[in-house]
Amino acid sequence: MSNFFEMGGYAGYVWSSYGLATIALVVLLMVSLRGLKKSRRDLAHLETLLKSRRPRRKKAQPDAQS
Amino acid sequence: MHRFAKPSVFLKLASAIMPWAIGITVVTLAVGLYLALVASPADYQQGDTVRIMYIHVPAAWMGLFCYVGMAICGAMSLIWKHPLADIAARATAPIGATFTALCLITGSLWGEPMWGTWWVWDARLTSMLILLFLYLGYMALVNAFDDSERGSKAGSALALVGVINVPIVKFSVDWWNTLHQPASVARMGGPSIDPSMLWPLFLIAIGFTGYYVIVLIVRVRLELNERRIRALQLGGVGQSVADQHHLAVPAKQAGAGE
Repeated sequence: MSNFFEMGGYAGYVWSSYGLATIALVVLLMVSLRGLKKSRRDLAHLETLLKSRRPRRKKAQPDAQS
Repeated sequence: MHRFAKPSVFLKLASAIMPWAIGITVVTLAVGLYLALVASPADYQQGDTVRIMYIHVPAAWMGLFCYVGMAICGAMSLIWKHPLADIAARATAPIGATFTALCLITGSLWGEPMWGTWWVWDARLTSMLILLFLYLGYMALVNAFDDSERGSKAGSALALVGVINVPIVKFSVDWWNTLHQPASVARMGGPSIDPSMLWPLFLIAIGFTGYYVIVLIVRVRLELNERRIRALQLGGVGQSVADQHHLAVPAKQAGAGE
């Protein structure tokens, strides 16, 4: 087992490669997921805000677009 | 083609793909890592540093693959002005940049013990560094304008011009004298490396591709939400103002996603 971690004397190079790859990919995934969650929260917040404040505007919108 | 490019269709398709992408990514990376770190043999010349290859080479492939994908999406957004193509290009850039950076860093970590240097300014390494700068330039450019449509145009143009760098990366080892070894997998006459080393290479490459699909879907959803938010905020300010600045376009497109 210790052989496995020593990597024939190249432990520093091999394990930092795998470690950095893991960290980079996990961080990118977490940042993206966090951004998605935040955007969902913001969108839901904005939609309830618009619904409660401007009930008329929602109805008027399809006419404005056509 | 345009049917699949509708945000609503994309979101449905993405939900169907997501569990498969997660499953494939987890399984291929688990098996690939086991083969790469445990089951595959050490190289007779390079010893255990050869295991860096199983990250380095798939990361390089992904860096190039993502760039081509980004440039195609950029072209589609320029030609057909389709918002989803632009969103996909923007979502791909940070993923491709991450893989390219990983390729460069693991390359350094491999070069130091085997070549005796962290870095040389030779064709392969330099063109790969240029690839990273193209990604960073694209990301800076698309966000540099208040009008996101102008940002997309400038970014897509840069991405398309930068495509010239892709064959340069690929063939740099044949065209110039370089410290970097020539291709041993994607070459005429088939791969020249042993199956025990090819398997982990391919499995991790598939795992990275799955990872790309997952993060791409997450980032496209994020961007669609943010465009919808911007459209709603503009609607709140006043439809007439939005119309004047032809900013109503994203509002309509986001509306089509419902």
